[in-house]
Amino acid sequence: MSIASAEKSIGAITFDDVRVGQLIVAVAAAIALLRFQLPDFLVRPPDWLVWPFADWINFVFVFLKDDLGFIHVTRSIASVVEWFLDVTGNLLYGRNRWPRIGPLPWTTVAVTAAVIGYALNGWRLSLLCGGTFVWIALMGQWKWAMETLSVIVVAAPVSAILGVVLGIAAWRRKTVEKILNPLLNIAQSLPHFAYMIPVVVFIGVGPKAGAIVTMIFAMPPMIRMTLLGMKKVPPEIVESGKMCGSSSWQLLRHVRVPTARTEILLGVNQVIMQCLAMVVLASFIGMPGLGQKLLQLLQALKIGRSLEIGITIVLIAVMLDRCSKAWVVKQPKHFERGTPWHVRYRILVAWAALAVATFALSLLWPLADEIPRRHALTVSKEADLLVDWFVRLVDPLTQWLRGFLIRFVFIPMRDAYLWLPFISVLAFWAGLGWMVGKWRSALVCLGYFGLIAMSGWWDRAMITAYMITFSVFIAVALGLPLGIWASRSERRARFVLLVCDTAQTFPSFIYLIPVVMLFGVNDVAAIGAVITFALVPFTRYTIEGLKDTPPELVEASSMSGASAWQQLWKVRFPMALPTIAVGFNQTIMFSLFMVIIAAFIGTQDLGQEMQKALSSTDVGKGLVLGLCVAFMGLMADHLIIRWSDSRKKALGLE
Amino acid sequence: MSLREPAAYADLARDCKLNGKAAFAAKAKKGVIVMKKFRNALVAAAIAAVPSWASAADSSDPIIVPLHNWSSQIVMSHIVGTIFESVGNNVEYVTTDSQAVYESVRLGDVTLELEVWEGAFGVAFNEALAKGGLHDAGDHAVSTREEWWYPSWTAEVCPGLPDWQALDECSHLFATPETGDKGRFLGGPVDWLKHDQERVDGLGMDFVVVNAGSAAALWAELAAAEKANRPIVLFNWTPNFVEAVWDGAFVEFPPYFEGCKTDASLGPNPDMTYDCGNPTGGYLKKAAWDGMEEKWPNAYAILRKISFTNYNVAEMAKFVDIDGMEPEDAAARWLEENEDVWKSWIEAMS
Repeated sequence: MSIASAEKSIGAITFDDVRVGQLIVAVAAAIALLRFQLPDFLVRPPDWLVWPFADWINFVFVFLKDDLGFIHVTRSIASVVEWFLDVTGNLLYGRNRWPRIGPLPWTTVAVTAAVIGYALNGWRLSLLCGGTFVWIALMGQWKWAMETLSVIVVAAPVSAILGVVLGIAAWRRKTVEKILNPLLNIAQSLPHFAYMIPVVVFIGVGPKAGAIVTMIFAMPPMIRMTLLGMKKVPPEIVESGKMCGSSSWQLLRHVRVPTARTEILLGVNQVIMQCLAMVVLASFIGMPGLGQKLLQLLQALKIGRSLEIGITIVLIAVMLDRCSKAWVVKQPKHFERGTPWHVRYRILVAWAALAVATFALSLLWPLADEIPRRHALTVSKEADLLVDWFVRLVDPLTQWLRGFLIRFVFIPMRDAYLWLPFISVLAFWAGLGWMVGKWRSALVCLGYFGLIAMSGWWDRAMITAYMITFSVFIAVALGLPLGIWASRSERRARFVLLVCDTAQTFPSFIYLIPVVMLFGVNDVAAIGAVITFALVPFTRYTIEGLKDTPPELVEASSMSGASAWQQLWKVRFPMALPTIAVGFNQTIMFSLFMVIIAAFIGTQDLGQEMQKALSSTDVGKGLVLGLCVAFMGLMADHLIIRWSDSRKKALGLE
Repeated sequence: MSLREPAAYADLARDCKLNGKAAFAAKAKKGVIVMKKFRNALVAAAIAAVPSWASAADSSDPIIVPLHNWSSQIVMSHIVGTIFESVGNNVEYVTTDSQAVYESVRLGDVTLELEVWEGAFGVAFNEALAKGGLHDAGDHAVSTREEWWYPSWTAEVCPGLPDWQALDECSHLFATPETGDKGRFLGGPVDWLKHDQERVDGLGMDFVVVNAGSAAALWAELAAAEKANRPIVLFNWTPNFVEAVWDGAFVEFPPYFEGCKTDASLGPNPDMTYDCGNPTGGYLKKAAWDGMEEKWPNAYAILRKISFTNYNVAEMAKFVDIDGMEPEDAAARWLEENEDVWKSWIEAMS
């Protein structure tokens, strides 16, 4: 009762609006039931409704590229990027370019990483960093890992700097923010492949294209975090800066940016992780390195070797994540005036000494310079045997599961989705929209899904939708009990959250290894990968939501004699629901990304078409398909966030 | 098929049968000694042997060689790359999509393409050719065919083969959970753009096309089908090592004719395109960027000379797919075993 009145008082959704929404949904269901009586143009988007967006986009691109000569601009930008890549490539893996001094001995690189780790957070991080590089060298993956790192070393700083600049511009000028905001929304929900096709057209293939697509992909979170940080700077600090007589540049450089340090560095962390995820995927457009090797090995079904590469990628991800997070927490150190330089730069001096020592060592002992593949360790044979044994052991189960899922779940579900008349699907979303945000949200939902209908990819989109629905359903069914179980005790919660955090740093590609191992290359594997990937954010938000229930409420409920079960269902769960909804939103986003990546193990949805578009460098088709995926994500995002916000207000959580 | 060397082919076949089946059945990859050291020595020797003028004219910029997702191409690219290195050129490899590569060659982002299969890439190659920027750098001494293919145990249960109508009659034999009551045709990776689904529609067949992720996935499925004695029809091509390991034949579709892919009115089905098979006796070409001749004249002269045979191509695939070698090592082994062949290409350039 009190909740209902609270909703009324803030002018949010009223009971009547929910009724209207339900009515629309009921109409949608009724239309679906009448499918066979419906005229054709209500079942499938008729020709006049399907607009040739792809041709228009292609027209614009050709105009930009050839008529305006934009290609020369992009190519000269690319050659600048290439110059940086040549330098890092030469230093890290001895690419035959200026300055022609590389490759650095692996021991030097490992020592450098260890010192950086130490400087950021002491011995444990130092061990992780150094250890990662020792593992890479010992497993004979040095060159591939360096190819990958040489791109990250260039792409991450460039993206971070551009992100900060754009973020500050957006903070300065409201118009910039207004233009950037919708662009960022779309950019962050476009699947990875959609970025690659224009880059292939404008830049070409190879490492420079990989680097550029990585930069573009990694930039949006940096812009967002910078804007957030700048907005959060307390006016008192700015005041005191002004009182010292700072110019507006000084105010920015010495007051605002340092105050927003935490947010900006969190943005840097995100940039680095996004870079790693993209660099691995950019192997589709000729990016050499670990990603390319992993792609080849997975395609050749060499599981043992792919596992080795997978471990390396995971180690690098964890290392980069821990380092950048340690940097966020670490506060700058200030020395007394007159401290001698070797004390100030203690670590730098130590590093220089170690670097020289390892350099000398590598001259004396070639194995400290490079470990050739024939000396490298490999556990791939043993891993293959083990994997083979395990796969054969569970084979009856996986075969049964595969047959069962395909026959009784996937195919009926797919057929049902394809059977639905498009008009009733549109009505259904409009109804849901009305329930959460009256006619405005109804129109938003109608707009997003209507555009998908107009794109001409309705059937493919429905196949994607069914895969997402199923994966999200299973992810929730698994994640909810797991989250509830973990939130029961502080220790469990910490453990599961740590696992989730670590799993979230893995590039999406990694999730394909175990499913390909178990199920081979087919639909079940693809959906398996999507479920695993989507399970992580859902579990995480469930735990966080349940953990953060206000203690007063829990106490009050125990005082009124609620059992543990009642407490969970009547108090904790309703309070946690808005947070869980955010997790649900992320689950959908993650599933959408993964379902597209999984295309290369053989799905028949939008992802497959997108791969074809990549093959024929069809920018228009690729972007239209990408936008279809993005619109699905944006619609889900709109519905869930609206709902969760109004719920939070009603519960007095904000 | 006069291009094949029958005796050598028989050897390869025996070799494949002995090693190959065991390898596929037990998945135990035969350990192969890495021959990197040898390759380096080889390169050094070749550099010493080739007169110094050879490296004088070529640009020191790297020649960009593309790699795709089937093994013979990867090995061949490494072989040719090593030959270029042996005359003093710099070489870099990039992995690219096998269709998009022609656009890259045209723009000079990639210098050449060593395996242009008529059936799979003829269209993309011709489009790029028309736009300008790349040209035909000669054919390999190879006769290719890319088509639906079935192994011997399939022929036993479906007697009318190789006729496509007979195959369609037994489509139920190929049904899987994924395809329902229709038969499954296992196609190559999506990026080969084989238009199999269009052909199924054009000829009104009771089949569903399922795309494998890679060539290796095709052979894994074939091996699994043999173990279970399950009928299978899948995409295959010649020259390939597969014909040496498994007996089988191509399905005979209505013969290919000009305009089959573009003009619906032609062919057995008056309303649909793609109502024909792939060309038989197709070419395997090399393509080069127009600027290559000027920038790397020596490498270009060698490229024009390079000509692999059916046997060579099949052998390269076998090294990787059956012996489990790394492509680089397979290339080194081929170079070692066929020194007279590739040396003659280098000599020819003077």
